[in-house]
This record gives sequence, structure tokens and C-alpha cells, in this order.
Amino acid sequence: MPSHDVMPDMELYQPVQVEDALALAARLGERGWLLGGGQDTYGWLKDRAKRAEALIDLNGIAALRGISETADGIEIGALTSLTEIATSPLINQRYGVLAAAAGRVASPQIRNAGTLGGNVSQDVRCWYYRRGLDCYRAGGNLCYADTPEGMNREHAIFGQSRCVAASPSDTAPALVALDASMVIRSENGERVMPAADYFVGPAIDIRNTTALRTGEILTAVRIPSTWANASFYFEKVADRNVWDFALVSIAVAMKLNGDTISDSRFVAGAVECKPRRLLDVEAAVRGKPRDAATAQSLGDLASRGARTLAHNQYKVPLLNNLVRRALHIA
Amino acid sequence: MTFMHIGKDFTPPDVEGKVTGDAKYAEDFRREGMVFARLLTSPMPSGRIVSIDASAALRMDGVLGIITADDLPPSAPPANPMLASEYVTYIGQPILAVAAISEHVAENALEQIKVQFERRDFVVDPLDSLIEGGPDAYPEGNAMVLTAPEGDENTALVGRIQPVKWPAAEVEKLRMGKEPNGKFTAGWEYGDLDAQFAQCDVIVEESFVTAGYPHQCMEPRTSMVYWENGKCYFHASTQSQSSVNNGLAAMLGIGPENLCLINENTGGGFGSKGTSYPSMGIAGNLSRLLNRPVQLRITREEEFYIGVGRPGMQGWIKIGVKDGGKVAAVDLVIVSDGGPTGQNSASSSAGHISVLYQPDAMRLRNIPIFTNTAPRGAQRGPGQNEMAAALAPIMDKVAKQVGIDRVAFRKMNAANSDSGIYEDQSPVTSAFMAEAIEKGAQMFDWQAKISQPRRRGNKVIGIGVGQGYHGAGGYGYDGLVRIAPSGRVYIHSGVGNLGTYSFAATSRAVAEVLQCSWDNCEIVRARTDRHLPHSSTQGGSNTIFTHSRTNYVAAMDVVTKLKEIAAAEFGGAVDDYSIGEERVFLTSDPAKGMSYGAAAQKAIELGGRYSGGEYPDDIDPITQRAVAGLAGTGLIGVAKDNLPRKGTPPGEIVGFVEIEIDLDTGKIAVLDYVAVADCGTVMHPKGFSQQMNGGGVWGIGMAAYERHVYDPQNGLPANVGLYQSKLPTMLDVPATMANAAADIPDPFNPMGGRGIGEPSQGCAVAAMTSAIADALEGHLFNRVPVTADMILNHVAQNDFGPRPLKLNTF
Repeated sequence: MPSHDVMPDMELYQPVQVEDALALAARLGERGWLLGGGQDTYGWLKDRAKRAEALIDLNGIAALRGISETADGIEIGALTSLTEIATSPLINQRYGVLAAAAGRVASPQIRNAGTLGGNVSQDVRCWYYRRGLDCYRAGGNLCYADTPEGMNREHAIFGQSRCVAASPSDTAPALVALDASMVIRSENGERVMPAADYFVGPAIDIRNTTALRTGEILTAVRIPSTWANASFYFEKVADRNVWDFALVSIAVAMKLNGDTISDSRFVAGAVECKPRRLLDVEAAVRGKPRDAATAQSLGDLASRGARTLAHNQYKVPLLNNLVRRALHIA
Repeated sequence: MTFMHIGKDFTPPDVEGKVTGDAKYAEDFRREGMVFARLLTSPMPSGRIVSIDASAALRMDGVLGIITADDLPPSAPPANPMLASEYVTYIGQPILAVAAISEHVAENALEQIKVQFERRDFVVDPLDSLIEGGPDAYPEGNAMVLTAPEGDENTALVGRIQPVKWPAAEVEKLRMGKEPNGKFTAGWEYGDLDAQFAQCDVIVEESFVTAGYPHQCMEPRTSMVYWENGKCYFHASTQSQSSVNNGLAAMLGIGPENLCLINENTGGGFGSKGTSYPSMGIAGNLSRLLNRPVQLRITREEEFYIGVGRPGMQGWIKIGVKDGGKVAAVDLVIVSDGGPTGQNSASSSAGHISVLYQPDAMRLRNIPIFTNTAPRGAQRGPGQNEMAAALAPIMDKVAKQVGIDRVAFRKMNAANSDSGIYEDQSPVTSAFMAEAIEKGAQMFDWQAKISQPRRRGNKVIGIGVGQGYHGAGGYGYDGLVRIAPSGRVYIHSGVGNLGTYSFAATSRAVAEVLQCSWDNCEIVRARTDRHLPHSSTQGGSNTIFTHSRTNYVAAMDVVTKLKEIAAAEFGGAVDDYSIGEERVFLTSDPAKGMSYGAAAQKAIELGGRYSGGEYPDDIDPITQRAVAGLAGTGLIGVAKDNLPRKGTPPGEIVGFVEIEIDLDTGKIAVLDYVAVADCGTVMHPKGFSQQMNGGGVWGIGMAAYERHVYDPQNGLPANVGLYQSKLPTMLDVPATMANAAADIPDPFNPMGGRGIGEPSQGCAVAAMTSAIADALEGHLFNRVPVTADMILNHVAQNDFGPRPLKLNTF
């Protein structure tokens, strides 16, 4: 087991038009690998834990960058950097939960390089899987984390299905909370799907964390005006305050009628293989004031149904606490 | 004492290069014809190598050759071999190196090499090996039995492997935090333990676990080597250009006179580069085999594997206190996780207690167990700092039961200049810890802090105090100074340059003695062919004490020779002469004198001892060669440090911290940090502050962040990189950290100084664990680090029953 850290031999394509990239993605199929900011890619490739024959470097495609207003909200190019999103006046003004989430990704350096498309499409961070072990997700027939002795402190407490890896993305819960749509293109055309459907758990597809298929490219994310200027809350708890993945995160959007919550989205990160919408919580707070009493009334509603592993029981109180804090910080 | 240079800030000569990026490290050097080597390492924690087939790799274009254990002298376990021969004992253990015209080709070649293994049982937790029927890390057994006395922390333990097993019931006792009755292979005792415990009013028993911690030096240990005319030129990453030499020369099978070690800058060592290490031998021997310059770049992941780490501890302690707070007796059991090297710091851990709490009687029972985890070695405050982490909240519990303030308790038991320490109750040069504690408590405003309300909404305040200790100095090394005919003063130093600047701070002792301008001084270092003296490693907190002494004696030799030369020139007795303004002159008639440069010219003319033609008999062979190389080039001052000695120069620091724990998230915020050192005279204020703060940051990381996780199912380490290891970041530590010194000179150092590099971490980690327990109303986790998940589980009263002592399960 050499400790590789040099890029393996592979072809490099650097298209400047989306159409050329789509043609390459179609032609190369499974042999190709889409490259955005590289923050997920280079680890896999340099470790040689995943192999690809050709890199399709999307960074030269100007059309994939930028934040623009649309008739019903905004559209963000998939290659837009996380720093741009975190600092965008438009996003900060209307969709602060996304700016906050983007601003808590990893470190300033990684946010400069990392893209929105990459952040939402990145692979799970289960350390067994990343080591290249032949687990279910890697095509094998066992899970190393979901055992009595597995080191599974960071793993999921919901939605396990052979694989117990957790969603690592900070922006994904925010996008689900904002009812965002994902714009996916291929040579065959364009499809647009809700963010909530873009992210998939192992019961649906154990090899992929998104609905993106070979030959497809996530080109943009659209955020409707539905939740613009709503009352937002985002909190990410990680071991470190910089350069870390969430132990649990929460993205919340609330529409308030006076002090009363008329509608809301509560979405948790890092508790399931995809962002977890807390529908019970949303139902429970509807028509209630945003205050301490409502927060306390939830009890353990957010974590109900959780199945903990040997080392991740702490995620249960953490999730409950973050939901409560979204409603009322003591 | 008023100094001209000591105690004043200055710009060390290597600073500019580090600011501009011009500073070169081993990996930055190239040589014509240089080839690149990469390591093939073990994929399994324990196994036997059945066969190696490198034929396909060797047929590849650009591949120049490989080196295996068959090309090297045999090595017997538990010595850490350059390359594994029959058995592999940890994941990441180097098995062979392949050299090619580029790293790219070398990495591709690695994938073409086929190694067949037989798997063996492995173990990652010492108690799993110690129990009857448990697996052994080596075919020969699981325990280290020393066959030679334990040296300092930079000396590998010498011993043999033998099987030692405990009945399951005894292992279970330790796992559940009770005193075990098993076989130990090391330990010591002083005083009448039973009699002292019998006098105690309060007795506390607790268990503790401290994780291992890998080294995280910014610069991985890359080597670049070439041979010319039978001489080896070796660019390395080390903590010394002197103490590494003999070991490296032995690995290469050459005399140290045929080794030129080159090490301009080192990006951190922290004990892991204090002596020669195995990957140096791989690079050097491969270069000779190929007759080509070879660079063996070590990756971040490989650095985790081969960079050695701090041993973990599982233990039990019983502390007895009498007379309203005097620590009377300490009984200590430590099972050490020594990895495959069996490194064991238990004696240092016990020594930490003997210094800082001065028990009247004490016993250590210890057994180092081999595990199939990464090799272990010295790491900043080895033994002492992990004990500091475990001990602080336990001692707080003791103080509470006695009914005494935690700071007062530590002050009451602090060592003074007449104290005895360690198992032999040997003396210290001086100690003023009570004064440091007093000063620190005032700076931190301890009384006000502990009196404040603790609960702030969902947050709770914790106030902690902790102490760090490390023996901070050595004796008997050599100093070497040359004055050239130009009058320039050259201070030769073999002390490494880790970025602590102590090589420069200690060189200022020469300018102090010679009463000369610092601008007229130049530190000669970095390459052994620049004629460097026998120096200590830059580690063990020792440089300040050790090398201000060596530079002092060498400078005093210069002064003597200056006066002798002047007396010979102008008449009168040597004692009639003085120095000043870079001249030596007749005290009664300053006009009769000469410049340092003129005296140096005279020394060359006189020859013999004045210009290095002769030298003292007691200097080390390394220094002898250095002097011989300089002979005839100026006035040579050279001497061994034979100044008066008195036991151990202690480096002690007390740390105070205020933290805020968010009970909803388990997160700890450090609000305030103050540390005060008992380190004698502060020789270089900026260097002092840098060490105090740097150690403080690491202590915070050790207490609440750094992770060292092994999977018990397959022996895989989970944290092989900087990200996974969770070193604290800028936003995890306070923006400002205050520090000061008791500032009472040590009488056994002519400049008054002692080192503080290591205890600066120990006091911080101890203050942190003390504060965490304080915030949680005295709750003891009995393990370090304390991470957010542990706090959340505690607050939520997630009760999983008594958690057995286990390493790496955080």
C-alpha cells in the first residue's frame, strides 16, 4: 500500500463550451471524471483509490460561473466559487441561509477553489470508503463502519441501508431548505429536478450520492423566490471552527406572520446520507410563535427514529439542540 | 545582572529567508543526475513477507533500481529497521524503495511490484494483547523488557521482546479503573509508600487514558543524498547537525568523518527528528547503490506512519494527601502503548508528578506493550505532557476533597531549589515554581475568575490551572568560536534550526562574553563541513541552558587567549588586561592593546592552541575534527562545558485558562489564557513568547481536538493527514495569549536561563482538562482528548454503562 500523492497518468480535456464538455462526458462515459474545484477529485485520484482515464476540466467554461437574477429568483452557475456565494450581496440579502452555509465550508482557501456544484455533488467522507476498502459503496459486500467495533463517530443516524455514511455538504441542506432546483444537462437535453430529489441515499443508489448520471453535468442551481427574505438560521457544528466537515448542521427557513411561524423548512446535514428534511418539526412549529416555549415543546422530535451506531449517539442530542436553537437561542 | 545582549530581542539570521520564501529545506535541493525514490509500504498491520517480485517495475522505462532489506545490514526487532525484512508490524512500514527518473515514474512503478504476504494476528490496543490469549504484535511476544538502562528521550530503548500476559480478571480491573495485580516489567519506587498513605486524610483513586498523538511537523522528513569521492553529502530534516551524525554514519556504514550533514532549516521536529531515523538510511544506501543523487520525498501520509508518535497510556493512580494539602504518596500504574518500537515514556510521566507535587513516597509500576500501530518515539514533553493532561483534573478532585483552593494546592506542593526529584530524589539547579504560580494567578486574576457565575444561558464557564514540566538542559557539550583576522566573530553551532531560534539566542552568549557588537558576529551552522562542534539536539527544552553554557566556555577561552596574546605583546600579566569595544587592552593603559582582528592575526602566527593547532583533550571527536578544519584561520576558542553542575535544570510552567463550553454543541471556546514560566532569565523575549504560545496552542489541541484513531477490525489508522488529525486552527485558539516568566536567574547557567519548550504544552493541556472538569461540576472523563461528542453525551446523560479503558476510541 504505497502512500501515493502524485497524479496518475490520465488524459486531460479542457473544454470552454458547455456543449463540448457534454460531448466529452457522453463520449468518455465511465472513463471520464468531471473536474470542478478539485477539492474532492484530487484526493480520490492522487490516493489512487478511484481511477479515471480522463479528466474533463470544467474550469474554462465561463457560462458555468456567476450569479444572476431570474424572473423567479436567482440562478447560480455550478462552477461559482463558494467564496463568491458567501460574499454575494444578492444572496446575503435574499437567501442568507445559503450565504451562511457556503461561508462555513472548510477553509477560506478551499472556499476560493471549491464550487457550489462540487460542494453539493461531492462523495461521502466515510474514512473506510476513502481508504479504498471494498465496502458496499465501493462495490463490495460489507460495511466496515456499521459494526460493533467500527469507528463511526461521524456517520449517519438516519437512513442507513448497508452504507452508513453521512452527507458531507454544508450547502446541500440550505438548498433543500430554499426549495432549490438543480439544472442538469446532457447531450440529450436538460432536466431540472428539486434539490430534495437530487440527493439520494443508499437505499436508492448505494454507489452515488446524487441523481447525476454518467454523461450529465450539473450546470446550475436555481433558487425560487419562495423563501426569499424569509427568516433564516444556519448552524454547523464541527470539531474545528475551520477546515472541517459538520458533525451535524441545520439549515432553516421560516416565514413569519408577526411572531408566528406560518411555514418553514428545517433541514439537517450530516445525520443521513442526504440532507434530512425534518417534516415532523416543520409540522409541529406551524402556527406557533418562534420562541423558547415552541423550542422546548419539540423535545426529541427532530431525532425520533434515529438509529445510532457505537460512537455517534451524541448526534441525537446535537440535532435536537440545533433545532431548538434555530427557534430560540437561550 | 545587566546584559548587553541577553534578554533583548534581535533578528535571528534565518528569519528573512522564512519571510521571503528563500529558506531552503531538504526537499528544495537538487543535484545534477538526481533521481526520485518512493516507498512501498505495508498494507497490513502484521504479517510475514513471503516474496517480492519487482521484475515488472524494473523493466519500466525510467526505473533505475530498488532497495530492499537484503541490501542493508540485518536489524533485530524491536529496533525500528530501515526496511522490513521478514515481518511487517504496522501499516505504512517501508518494505522497499524504488528509484526512477521522476516521481511520476516511481509511483507508477510501485504499482507494478507484487508482494506476497502471510497475514498475522494484530493488535491495536495494549490491553487486548496483555490479556491471556490475546494477540502479540511480534512473533516473539508483546512486551518490552529493557536490557540496558533507559537513556534520555532521544535514545531508543534497548530491550528484548517477551510474552507477558495477565489473567483476564486483572486486565478487566484496569479496564474498569481499578488497581490491577499483574506482572510489570519496569518501574521504580522511593519512600515508604504504605507508611505515607497511612498518614493521609484524603486518598483519591482514578483511572486515565491518554491517546497517542502522531507528529505533524510541517516539513515531512525528506532526504536528498549524493556521494562524492567516498564521502556522503546528506540533505536532511533534523533537530541537530551534530547529534544525528554518528547514528546516520553507522546506518551508511561509514565513519562520521565521511559524512557531510546539510540541514539549513527544519520545518518542525518536536522530538521526532532528534536522532538519525530509518528513512535516512534508505535514501543514503539507495544513493550509494545507484551511484546517483537520490531524493526520497516523504509524503504527508508516510510522515504519519514513519514519523513516530507519542505513546498512549492506560493507567491507574492513587494519590494521598496529608496535613491539609501536602501530597504524601502517589501510586501509579501505566500500561504504555509503544507501537512496534515499544517506546515508553512512563518513567517521565511519573517523574512529572515527582517534580510538580513532591510526594514523600511514590511508586511506578509499568509495562510497555507492543502494538501494530505506527512507531512511537519522543514528542514534545514525552511522558510529562500526557501525564499533565490526565493528572490536572484528578489533582483538582484531590484539592476539592481536601478543601483547598486548586492554585494554593499546587503552590503548596511546588518544588524549590532544595527539592529532590525523580526516583533518586536528585537535586535541581534551582526552582521557583511557587513564584511563577503566584505571578500567574495575579495576571490571570484567579480569585475573580473562580468567583464569577459559571452559567451563561446554554453555556458554562470553566476555570483551569495546570502545570508543565520537563528537564530543561544538559551538560558537557562543546563550544567553538573563531575570530578571523578581519575581527569578525564566528560562532560555530551544531544545534539544529527548527524555527525556535534558540541556536541564535544561545550564540548571543558569545557576544555577551566578548562584549562585542552582534552585527560583528556570524553564526556558522547548517553544514558539518563548516566545522561544527559537538552539540546537543535542539530538543528536550535543553538548548537555552546547554548551549549558553557551551558558548560561554568557548567565549571565555577566547577571552583568555586574547589576554595572553596581548600580554605577550605588551608585557604584564594576563590579569592586567581587559576587553571592550572589540579590543583587548591593558586595563591601566587602554592605549596598549589591539583589536580582536589583530589578535586573531597574532594567534595565527603563534599557532598551537591559539589557532586550533592544538585543542583540549576532553572535547568530543566531532569537535576535534571541527577544530582541525579551522586550524590556522584565526583565534580559536574551544572548550567542553565543564562548568559546575547540580542535577537537573527544571523547566516549569503554570498555565491558567478560562473556557466556555456550549452545552448544546459540546464545543469549547478558549476565552483567556495565561502562562508563567519558571525558566530563569529570559534570554530572547520573542523566542520565549513564541514557545509559550506555540506550546499553548498544541496543548489546547491535545486537550480537545487532536485525534488518533485506529480501527480495531483491520488495524487501519483513520487520521493519516492534517485534516483528519484535527489540529486546532486559528479560530479554535484565543487571538491573544499572555505569558510571562518568574524571571529569577538559574545559578548554574552563566546567563541565568533554562528552557521552556516542552512544558509550554503540558501546562496548557493540563489547564484545559482542569477547566473542562471545572465547567462540568467536577466531572472526570478520565481520558484525553475530551471532544465535543464526549461532552454532549455527558450532558445528555447518554449512559452506555461504565466505559472500559480503551485507546483510540474517541
